[in-house]
Amino acid sequence: MNEIKKRYWKGIEEFTNDPEFVKYAEKEFPEYLPVGNDTGESSRRDFLKLMGFGVAAASLAACEAPIRKAIPYLNKPDTIDPGIPNYYASTYLQGGDYCSIVVKTREGRPIKIEGNKLSKVTMGGTSAQVQASVLTLYDKERLAGPRKEGNAISWDDLDKEITEQLVSVLSVGGQIRIITNTMLSPASLRIFEEFKEKYPGTSVVIYDPASSAGILQANEANFGMRVLPSYDFSKAMTIVSLGADFLGTWISPTEFTKLYSKTRKVNANHRKMSRHYQFESNLSLTGANADYRSPVKPSDEGEVVIGLYNLIASKAGESSISGGKSDFRYLKKAASDLWSNKGKSLVVSGSNDPAVQTIVNGINSMLGNYGSTISFNRYAKYRQGDDRAMNGFIDDLKGGNINAVIFYNCNPVYNHPRGAELAESLKGVPLTITTSDRMDETASSVTYVAPDHHYLESWNDAEPKKGYFSLSQPTISPLFNTRQAQESFMAWTGREGNYFNYLKEFWRNNMYPESANFGFQYFWDKSLQDGIYDSKIEEENNAAEQNIDAQAAAATVAQNYKGDNGLELVLYYKVAIGDGTQANNPWLQEMPDTITKAVWDNYVTISHSDALEYGITTKLGITNMVNLTIDAFTVKLPVIIQPGQAKGTIGLALGYGRTKAGKVADGKGFDATPWIKSLNDNSYYSVTSGVMLEVNDELYQVAQTQTHETFMGRANVVQETTLKEYQKNPSAGKRHMRITTWMNEQKSLSLDEVTLWKGHKYPDHHWGLMIDLNSCTGCSACTIACQAENNVPVVGRVEVINRREMHWIRIDRYYSSDASLDDLSGLEVASENPEITFQPMMCQHCNNAPCETVCPVAATTHSTEGLNMMAYNRCIGTRYCANNCPYKVRRFNWFKYHDNKQFDENLSMNNDLGKMVLNPEVTVRSRGVMEKCSLCVQRIQAGKLTAKKEHRITTDDDIDMACASACPADALVFGNMNDPESKISKKLKIKESEGDGTIHKTMAEERAYTVIEEVGTRPNVTYLTKIRNKDSEEPNT
Amino acid sequence: MEVVSSIRTPLITGGKSVADVSDDICRQVEGAPSRSWMLAIAVSSSFLIVGAYAVSVLLWEGIGVWGLNKTVGWAWDITNFVWWVGIGHAGTLISAILLLFRQKWRMGINRAAEAMTIFAVICAAMFPMFHMGRLWVGFYWALPLPNTFGSLWVNFNSPLLWDVFAISTYFAVSLVFWYIGLIPDFATIRDRAKNQISKNIYGVLSFGWMGGAKNWARYESVSLILAGIATPLVLSVHTIVSMDFATSVIPGWHTTIFPPYFVSGAIFSGFAMVLTLLIITRRVFHLEDYITVGHIELMNIIIIVTGSIVGIAYITEFFIAWYSQVPAEQYAFINRATGPYWWAYWTMMTCNVLSPQLFWIKKIRTNIAATFIMSIVINIGMWFERFVIIVTSLHRDYIPSSWAMFYPTRYDVGVYMFSFGFFFTAFLLFAKFFPVVNMAEVKSIIKGYSEK
Repeated sequence: MNEIKKRYWKGIEEFTNDPEFVKYAEKEFPEYLPVGNDTGESSRRDFLKLMGFGVAAASLAACEAPIRKAIPYLNKPDTIDPGIPNYYASTYLQGGDYCSIVVKTREGRPIKIEGNKLSKVTMGGTSAQVQASVLTLYDKERLAGPRKEGNAISWDDLDKEITEQLVSVLSVGGQIRIITNTMLSPASLRIFEEFKEKYPGTSVVIYDPASSAGILQANEANFGMRVLPSYDFSKAMTIVSLGADFLGTWISPTEFTKLYSKTRKVNANHRKMSRHYQFESNLSLTGANADYRSPVKPSDEGEVVIGLYNLIASKAGESSISGGKSDFRYLKKAASDLWSNKGKSLVVSGSNDPAVQTIVNGINSMLGNYGSTISFNRYAKYRQGDDRAMNGFIDDLKGGNINAVIFYNCNPVYNHPRGAELAESLKGVPLTITTSDRMDETASSVTYVAPDHHYLESWNDAEPKKGYFSLSQPTISPLFNTRQAQESFMAWTGREGNYFNYLKEFWRNNMYPESANFGFQYFWDKSLQDGIYDSKIEEENNAAEQNIDAQAAAATVAQNYKGDNGLELVLYYKVAIGDGTQANNPWLQEMPDTITKAVWDNYVTISHSDALEYGITTKLGITNMVNLTIDAFTVKLPVIIQPGQAKGTIGLALGYGRTKAGKVADGKGFDATPWIKSLNDNSYYSVTSGVMLEVNDELYQVAQTQTHETFMGRANVVQETTLKEYQKNPSAGKRHMRITTWMNEQKSLSLDEVTLWKGHKYPDHHWGLMIDLNSCTGCSACTIACQAENNVPVVGRVEVINRREMHWIRIDRYYSSDASLDDLSGLEVASENPEITFQPMMCQHCNNAPCETVCPVAATTHSTEGLNMMAYNRCIGTRYCANNCPYKVRRFNWFKYHDNKQFDENLSMNNDLGKMVLNPEVTVRSRGVMEKCSLCVQRIQAGKLTAKKEHRITTDDDIDMACASACPADALVFGNMNDPESKISKKLKIKESEGDGTIHKTMAEERAYTVIEEVGTRPNVTYLTKIRNKDSEEPNT
Repeated sequence: MEVVSSIRTPLITGGKSVADVSDDICRQVEGAPSRSWMLAIAVSSSFLIVGAYAVSVLLWEGIGVWGLNKTVGWAWDITNFVWWVGIGHAGTLISAILLLFRQKWRMGINRAAEAMTIFAVICAAMFPMFHMGRLWVGFYWALPLPNTFGSLWVNFNSPLLWDVFAISTYFAVSLVFWYIGLIPDFATIRDRAKNQISKNIYGVLSFGWMGGAKNWARYESVSLILAGIATPLVLSVHTIVSMDFATSVIPGWHTTIFPPYFVSGAIFSGFAMVLTLLIITRRVFHLEDYITVGHIELMNIIIIVTGSIVGIAYITEFFIAWYSQVPAEQYAFINRATGPYWWAYWTMMTCNVLSPQLFWIKKIRTNIAATFIMSIVINIGMWFERFVIIVTSLHRDYIPSSWAMFYPTRYDVGVYMFSFGFFFTAFLLFAKFFPVVNMAEVKSIIKGYSEK
């Protein structure tokens, strides 16, 4: 390499060796900088400068935002990818309530529950309670560990003390009772058996708050099987329900809704649907869906059922039984419809009286329904409660004959009518244990609490119906120092090991079929992955042997069903709160009642004419308080005037008035459980005599999310027809809006042709939602599913009174009115026994959205896929969009609902534990911004990504909205309207036509309509007309 | 050179000389505050303080402290906004349009009317601010400012954005117009001032006005130019405000009649407010000779005219609802008159349509007490007009399930009180420290009649 000869100069100064340059050459900054003075000492000025800088820097540093650490996994579990949800099949079990589910977890946290479509029992449906149960997991009021007399104790000490005491009970040959609600888990039952083997004085007492013991007893007497049959509503063309709320609360509503809704789907090729009669006192969800509904008093229940029996018997040529009347409205019609659909009909009764159920069995038997709509092959196990045994247990307890009581996940002190007696007599029992998850009413009356895991933390199995098995698996590590109750029993039995191994072994020995090919591990993994296992059973008509003594039953009925001609009280369960087990769940408390749309309360429902008589008025939820006196016990309750309530009856919901469920539930409403009566030794949910009602001068406001009851005859909102009309013309009931313009008065144009709007072109996807008004039962599972999916806050009773509930999807419930269309004030008043329409309403994702044009900051805009989008970060909260929304579906954040003590009932946003339920894919909205249904845009994005990774376009399987997937009636269908193969395109028969650069879609489905079409918003949400299976449009009064 | 008929009645009574004018008007500014002024400012500032509490709660807690709900998203906030904007209109009408039409009678009242405009517009602008869910970003996001949020721009389709432009333009023009008019008078006060502080303050305020011929020539031409700019604003501002409603789809809002209807309503209420203020001012400050019964009568005539226009507009809405055969539209109007808010509707009808008709009677329209009462009645009526339009249209629109009622809370009232407190405090400070009558202009008309 050549020697470098070139020299580079920094500047002319260096070249000339300028003395000024040489002087500073060694310094950091060769040129003169005016820092410091020549002596190198600091001046006062410098001191002040540095001081000023220091103070400013220190104060700036103090302003730094708090550091929030996002810590990566040290050892990343191979199944968890941050940001990617995992799904686990599991089983929801709550007493006898069952649902096969798929749990969505994110980073190890269960955040959402979906139905398991593989299940032959629930078929992918869910209910509001199932949807909400994920929040109960994160309830701060669950016990953090075992308790003895309310104080913390270690599991070891607890086991030691309990075992010692059990052994001492055993040594004196004492009596032990295990009290449980219906137990669907075969492995757990086996554990009880083993416990019994160890402690022979043990017996298991099963009771259910909502008892079906009457059916069990009747079936035992009639068919020799103490079980519930399998009801197949999907095969029934005529359904008669005598007070059974099978779509709402009766036995297995999710399953029944799935089956029932199959008979309610009509289209031009299938112009048939079931006809549903309902005879009941309160207006139940099921009654609201009935084609013919007849209000009857509970004291007439016996006459109705005998009347129906005799009507059928006379057609069948059988001998009639004594008593009964047939002049109840629609009863004869029901009988003739039943008879003409012999073998394809179904009569169910919600009665808990074996005599009534025997007569119902007799009717079904005459109709030949056994073996078709009713079957014992896959009999159901949902309700095994034995009211007599439970009463016997309480009597024994009072007699001091019991030495130890173990309550397995049940709360009889609260939800059994003799709960107070029970609590009192428990004091004398030496050993009392419960496995409650919280210090509830029963837990507070016992010595030891051995809290069970939440079901989402547990292993378990279930057999809801004969041969249909399913598994539960934990989806999160236990949050607290709780222990699976089965393991507690194993510990007290002296059995080693954990329940998981026990369960697996149990399945190896009992469920694993000999014929399986791939070994047990494969069978186990497959069952666990699917969540279910269906064992084959032999089909036989095991109801062939019948021994139905209807005459004897009629004799008891005649004795028992007498009113005193005064008011009669009918107790009922609400769809959301049920028996009150999940009462501390704010989602359920704030779920609008399916009928009254009331939240956070129970109240007396009274018919309009009775209200007039008592001088009760309700306006916008402000109502009189009444003193209700039964058995010399008086309580003050608010009243709601309920259209459809049978005259002379009042209704009152159970499941309220909790005292020890937690902050959310305590003190909400009134506990009516002590008023559950006894009839033929069974719980009887009506009070037919001695009911005194007195209006007092206090007023109360029941929080209701809907206060206007009728749809004012507006056919642009609700479009309906009867089946008869539909059979003649599939577009019956649908309004055809046409516009005539001055340009051509002869020719009318469709609404699409007269518009100021340019229209949109959706090149890739065009999302749409179809809602079948005929399928929607109003069960509101979608409301809760949406709440869980989209982090919708709970606002509390007062804010609902202020009309500020936040639900993105609401179920509008409309009563019909008797008034003519001109009588506007008359139209506001619902009929005495109205027809009911449920209309799910959420953002309609208008193609010409009124909200989009008015936002000053363009915070709500239109996507290229037809969505109306909301940019929360951009919203400044002028609320103009909400005002200009003709559907009133926009929700404003009036306050800060998260991290705000004022809204501490909003559990999912106000404590660290509750926040674990939040869906990380959906922003928690801040105060002052507008929000609304996004058509689950996060699910759409996820589905699109899945499809993109596989280099294909999305299909129906990739994306479903939270509401649509939760719906047990399949009333909502979501999909891509650009895809001719999608379900929605096929159902709506979408036809595309192109014009001036945009694509127009027309829906050839005759029933399809959009709400308030004439406003020209052109929504992407389409409704199908409601069809009632009526002979004529007679008023239903 | 103006020629004035000898039979024309004098605009300024009491045979005032030029010096009298200066004395009479400057007396308020120079003297110690009167007892009645102290009392008035005590009342109005206590309103302001109570209102400030309500405003701070509103801003701290959220819009939820108001009685609004999912169905009625605007109520008192926008009612107050429209009401205050409307009130402002009279000032501009008096100073701009009447200037262009050479209506000299305006000179006695235009200063106070313009001040009222300024303060009313400030009060009006408060409400769109306070009603925002997120004021802390909204106050500048609503402006088309270049930003670093990407290409994030305001939505020029939104009538609310038009409002932003309309109100800010209106405020700016009104303020400049008012201030230009004040300059010669500030100079007068400066020249008369005996104490150095006043001299300095009014010296700065008067922008070095020398009173030279050139000064006056420029003053005249600037006034004329500003009047020309302000005149279309009288029509445009409330037209745009009305478009907040007219361009929407809500029955009762979606009406093409709104622009003229709103503008006449604005002038109607504005004159009523001018009357309220001036009747008090002339009494308190003894300005009976400058603000005469003649002024009051002329303003009352404008009130009859605009009140009748408004009345016709109300009836036209009903006719169109019937004629349209749109059921939702028809229901909206039947509900207005007979629904749960019938009382608001009939208050509006009585106050706005029936009561101004009394002014056909000369005795009433020249009676100061009657005029004062009427001016308040009209402002109540006009407040209810906006309430009726906003709340009764929203509370029952298309989907009956969402129908709801609106009940105001104490914070609705409190924030309204705040605007009143601000308005009257500001007006009283103006009346004390600024010349309430345009001395320079009034001096030009004291000899405005033929008797020399």
